[in-house]
Amino acid sequence: MTRALIVHEAGPGVTLQDMGHPGLLAFGLSRGGAADRLALAEGAALLGQPDSCAALELAGFGGVFEATEDIVVALTGAPMQARMDGAGLAWNATHLLPRGARLAIGGVRDGVYGYLHVAGGFDTALILGARSAHLTAGIGAPVAAGDRLPVGPAGAGRAGLTLAPVPRFSGGELRVVDSLQTARFPAEVLARFGATTFTRDTRANRMGVRLTAPGEGFHAPGGLQVLSEVIVPGDIQMTGDGFPYVLIAECQTTGGYPRIATVIPADLPKVAQAGPGARVTFRFVTTDEALAAEARHRAEIAGLGARVKPLVRDPAQVNNLSEYQLISGVTSGAAEEPT
Amino acid sequence: MSATDTSFPAIRRIGLDGLIVSFGAGLSEQANRAALAFRAAIDREAWEGVEETSTSLVSVFLRFDPLGVPHAAMTARLQALLASRDWMQADLPRGRRLFFVPTVYGGAHGPQLEEAAARAGLTPGAAIASLSGARVRVQTIGFAPGQPYLGVLPDCWDIPRQQDLTPRVPVGALVVAIRQLVLFSVSTPTGWRHVGQTAARLFRPEAEEPFLLRPGDEVEFPTISPEKYERMTAAGQDGIRHEALP
Repeated sequence: MTRALIVHEAGPGVTLQDMGHPGLLAFGLSRGGAADRLALAEGAALLGQPDSCAALELAGFGGVFEATEDIVVALTGAPMQARMDGAGLAWNATHLLPRGARLAIGGVRDGVYGYLHVAGGFDTALILGARSAHLTAGIGAPVAAGDRLPVGPAGAGRAGLTLAPVPRFSGGELRVVDSLQTARFPAEVLARFGATTFTRDTRANRMGVRLTAPGEGFHAPGGLQVLSEVIVPGDIQMTGDGFPYVLIAECQTTGGYPRIATVIPADLPKVAQAGPGARVTFRFVTTDEALAAEARHRAEIAGLGARVKPLVRDPAQVNNLSEYQLISGVTSGAAEEPT
Repeated sequence: MSATDTSFPAIRRIGLDGLIVSFGAGLSEQANRAALAFRAAIDREAWEGVEETSTSLVSVFLRFDPLGVPHAAMTARLQALLASRDWMQADLPRGRRLFFVPTVYGGAHGPQLEEAAARAGLTPGAAIASLSGARVRVQTIGFAPGQPYLGVLPDCWDIPRQQDLTPRVPVGALVVAIRQLVLFSVSTPTGWRHVGQTAARLFRPEAEEPFLLRPGDEVEFPTISPEKYERMTAAGQDGIRHEALP
């Protein structure tokens, strides 16, 4: 039997995602890929495999999955309720999914996008160089009940490991740099933008996240007649109503609404993972600050592997300790692994 | 435009890892041509650290690793290349084509035709005559895969986008604003006004040639009746034909 993950149930926002399709902007195709790249990196670190491996992105809700043979899985990103054959599973950890066992992932507890990784990565066909579904572009399809997702050969992945996530699931401060039209906005509007606490609206998807705030919108004079220009993830468009729409992984490649600023790459996971009602603020930073933040962000990703450690049993997470030991494969020996 | 008074070509930052070289504040044939030629020149240079290039209407976008090549160094390279010739005199790409894309205007297939016509100061009939008689060029491809921005339409079409987004236009929708047409390759919300419908499929991800149009191609949108459009689409046809431009 081929190594695969069988999907018995799937929430409406479950898709395969990897690092997306860079390099096709000229053809109007945005990079897409995982909304939270950091979660891909965390899953890769947990499983000891490259972060180019595709994972299942679970928007808000997971599903029920079964492996055709023993497969080690990792759970990262927005924490969700997860159980294997009824026993609770720790998030931000690796677990053995034995052949025939049912992995049930429910609703999100915090944040938006959870990720289910498999040791070996999903081995579906490449389209334009990636395995990512890019639904707005018509590439791929949502994962649905009845799907059978091929899994690559098992690599170094081991059960019973955990990694404390980089915090990013409840909004907070987003660092921004000037964008193309920042100078079109009056100083008073820019100051008010920096001083406003925005609320993440219910309208958000893999293209972008809408934010609201009480009071007047943030307008640039003549802003609706800007020539369409290239868009990069993180750009904050002010659409007609004058409230921010922050573009993320699956954004369009060009747009004509004025952009007040751009969120720096290091803070994009925070944008994607801000759940409905989360509060966010914006702070303009200099290029040097933004570059320093980027360097720290890359170092943090590079250092994830060194932070992986054995999963210590948490009685609150499990129903039955002996069952938990059986399925997770944790032994006292794991505690001697280098951390 | 006072906030963006600039002499062109201008080099500006976009995001942390992008630079844009713009050849004008507004769309012009020359600036579009310059952008296409300048991008090709950057690609030929094959500078280390450049991760991607593309063009938009009058600009070239360059994405690079700013931790590998400082902004100042990349900007200096661009300035030197800009100074090497007059990019506004550049030629259009070779191998361009002229497409004819049958379009049904107004009614259920173009629900905002009357509104757009009124904004342009035209009767609906005159608006259809104007749009279906125009030959426009693919100025850039963007927003969504394979999706062309086409221009330049006559002055009267310098109408703004609408304040509120239209919740969804279908694939193949022909929309208008600011002297441009856009032919939608995906079904999406938009601020542009939906004036007509075509059966064009601009992006087929698994096809050998995934993209119908290339920058520089020219396109006309001749009017057809709703009945003919229905017959055509029922037969699985898009009615599109093209010929080589000299």
